[in-house]
Amino acid sequence: MISLHVNGKKHEVDVAPDTPLLWVLRDNLGITSVKYACGIALCGVCTVLLDGEAVRSCSISVDYVLDGKIITVEGLPEDHPVKVAWIEKQVPQCGYCQPGIMLQTVDFLQRQPNPSKEQINAAMDDVLCRCGSHPRIKKAIEMAAEMTTK
Amino acid sequence: MKTEMTRRTFLQKSSLVVAAAVCSSEICLLNISPARGQTGGTFKPHAFVEIAADDTVTVWLGQTNLGQGTHTGISMVVAEELDADWKNVQAKMALAAEPFKNPYWNAQLTGGSTSIRHRWDMLRSAGAAARQMLLEAAARQWDMGAEKCSTEKGRVIHPDGRSLRYGQLVAAAARLPVPENPPLKKPKDYRIIGSARDRLDIPDKVAGRTKYGIDMAVPGMCIAVVARRPRFGAVPESYDAQAAKGVKGVVEVLPMADKIAVCAETTYAAIQGRAKLNIKWSEGTDPQLDNTKLEKLFAEHLQKPGAVAQSTGDASKALAGADVTLEGSYAFPYLAHAALEPINCTAHVEKDCCRIWVPTQGQTAAQLSAAAITGLPIEKIDLMTTPAGGGFGLRGETDPVADAVTISKALNRPVKVMWTREDDFANDYFRPGSVSRVEAGLDEQGHITGWSQKVAAPSILSRIMPQHVKEGIDSTSVQGISDMVYTIAKRQVEYVMMELPIPVGFWRSVGYSTTTYMVETFMDELAGAAGKDPVEFRLAHLEKDSRPYRTLKLLAEKSGWGDRPVQGRTRGIALGSCFGSSAGHVAEISVDRQSGRVTVHKLICAVDCGPAVYPDAIVAQMEGAAVMALSTAFNEKVHFSGGGVKTANYGTYPLLTMSAVPEVEVHIADSIHTIGGIGEPGVPTVAPAVANAIFTTTGIMLRELPFNLDMLRQAGS
Repeated sequence: MISLHVNGKKHEVDVAPDTPLLWVLRDNLGITSVKYACGIALCGVCTVLLDGEAVRSCSISVDYVLDGKIITVEGLPEDHPVKVAWIEKQVPQCGYCQPGIMLQTVDFLQRQPNPSKEQINAAMDDVLCRCGSHPRIKKAIEMAAEMTTK
Repeated sequence: MKTEMTRRTFLQKSSLVVAAAVCSSEICLLNISPARGQTGGTFKPHAFVEIAADDTVTVWLGQTNLGQGTHTGISMVVAEELDADWKNVQAKMALAAEPFKNPYWNAQLTGGSTSIRHRWDMLRSAGAAARQMLLEAAARQWDMGAEKCSTEKGRVIHPDGRSLRYGQLVAAAARLPVPENPPLKKPKDYRIIGSARDRLDIPDKVAGRTKYGIDMAVPGMCIAVVARRPRFGAVPESYDAQAAKGVKGVVEVLPMADKIAVCAETTYAAIQGRAKLNIKWSEGTDPQLDNTKLEKLFAEHLQKPGAVAQSTGDASKALAGADVTLEGSYAFPYLAHAALEPINCTAHVEKDCCRIWVPTQGQTAAQLSAAAITGLPIEKIDLMTTPAGGGFGLRGETDPVADAVTISKALNRPVKVMWTREDDFANDYFRPGSVSRVEAGLDEQGHITGWSQKVAAPSILSRIMPQHVKEGIDSTSVQGISDMVYTIAKRQVEYVMMELPIPVGFWRSVGYSTTTYMVETFMDELAGAAGKDPVEFRLAHLEKDSRPYRTLKLLAEKSGWGDRPVQGRTRGIALGSCFGSSAGHVAEISVDRQSGRVTVHKLICAVDCGPAVYPDAIVAQMEGAAVMALSTAFNEKVHFSGGGVKTANYGTYPLLTMSAVPEVEVHIADSIHTIGGIGEPGVPTVAPAVANAIFTTTGIMLRELPFNLDMLRQAGS
């Protein structure tokens, strides 16, 4: 049995230690906001926060995170600036990529609370969205940053 | 005529109660639409609306939520005519059912940018009929004529100011007949249509609560990952089932006609199991097929005589007599849909019924596929459409449904078929590659005298709708040329159909994704040869006050076309009409001639879609289309090698990312025209607007996609 801390709760799962965290979260714990798209850490839709840092859960094995605290988008409070901004700017289209992008934004804004447009582009240049919600993601990040630093 | 018929007959048709399929299992994971089931204590005059005693208005939907915002837009149309209180309105996906078929196409599907435009009369009537019944119910209670009462925000109002909530009237209204032709509002009275609303599905998407197809978990289900041909036409000759079964969690290895399914308790076990199959595949259709061979085949086909798709006047005579003639040759790659949610389908086949949960764009086709495999009548195929993580056309295909149903039937348990990303690229029905040659002539006044064009491309319709391929013409291959917005009397359009083993299908904006590029960049070359401004040149070839004419005027005005662009930037423009709407773009770009690097600073879009039901969703669709189209202009091309698909993941199919996404400004026309589509018309004019801007600043017209930026590097720099 392997134990995991996810969104403040402890879970016991019976999986091989080399299983990617993504599949443990999705198949064993039913946390489906963590998405699968590329499986090789290229797209960012499977992003979770591990001790506050954005990591791609498809490419780390479950035994790597044993002592870490994992946050998924459900673990962010409803009034989190990133969630509020994402609704205010009406960001999602299909929405499939958004939980991962939101979590990467949380990590980014912790490190860079007051980013320039160029810094936003650079920090978010490795996530994929096929619907093309990018213009609104940029606006939502600016809004979330403003809310955070106020 | 057709519209009126549609409007009159649908209410009656959709009021028919369809017997609910009763399955032995007790699983009820998603909404059972009252279109198919029992209702209790609510007012549900037809398949589309249900009003509860607590005033909740449920709009039942048959259109797939791909992220286009139509669930909210459709609800807005219904709520408008119902005079509902918007805060009480919710949208719910219904089980696939007869009333949700496209009234023009007799199939339930989400495609062709039709979700609202093909249901404009129907949806308004659906709301209006319910409103009329509530009005009548209240009037009877007050013992007066309904014409003396009015409705407002979920209430029926008595002339003396008293009112009854819709929720108070549900029982009485439910006893009344459904009016066949209820009166509709005048557009000037709209308070929901055309207003700013928050999308109903966004809070769940932001919270991570939305369950996409891939998230389905049915009790007792296993997960199937399927090994499919690495080369077109290849079939398995030998494989190691035992090795796959040796992976912990793998429950079954199931050989199918040309593929092998590995079924497991978890996704990861299924993926690992498949990797152990060690399949020896047959040679397939053409093991030599690769991009080089494809290029040669395309070039050869363009030399062949084509079938005449359009011939108006004598184009060759017009060209021979022209003052100046220009010609150009073009090439476009195969494109993948590359939606982030990979293709998937969950199915549970039982003796008397079959349940399917799938993010499909083609409900009727999926049901027919399942009916054929199970032998059950279509009424026994309960299909729930889940939200989809992008669609763009691929989700109209039924392969995942057929696989899930076949495997569930064989295993006698629920099955979720999952494609990995590699499966998704390897088994796509691609936007076909194409090549084309065009020649056009100008008279002394700089007016186009004739236009002759030939396209060589694989045919989409030959597989999907062969009955629509007539005399060798697949209309989707020449659309955008044969129905170009410009009035050129003498026109010849030819098509050479190519038969290749690469599967092709619908991809957002279909043929217009290539043809508009050719027409619009060639228009700029012709304008240059005529010594005219691109906007003036286009206007001179457009019917005055037509939809594209007005769109171009709006675009020129909003982009400040007549003003000088910012220092160091140049502008390009492009215009098009498709799926019932007109759209155009102005691109502001700069080119670094040393590296060949192109920066798109800003895109300005104008769109005329007739009545703008849900303006913010229109803006979002135009923004998204701009990003997707820029991605194809700069980045996207599917690679083939060894007789199969070489592109395997996003690493070799790089979608456009944040730093390359410009500011996108959208202007919606205050339109005098009929309602048009929105999902697709924003795509075709983006790439040619950028190309025309590059042409303006470099003198080089890029005639292939994706752009070969090396061509822009100045010799010696």
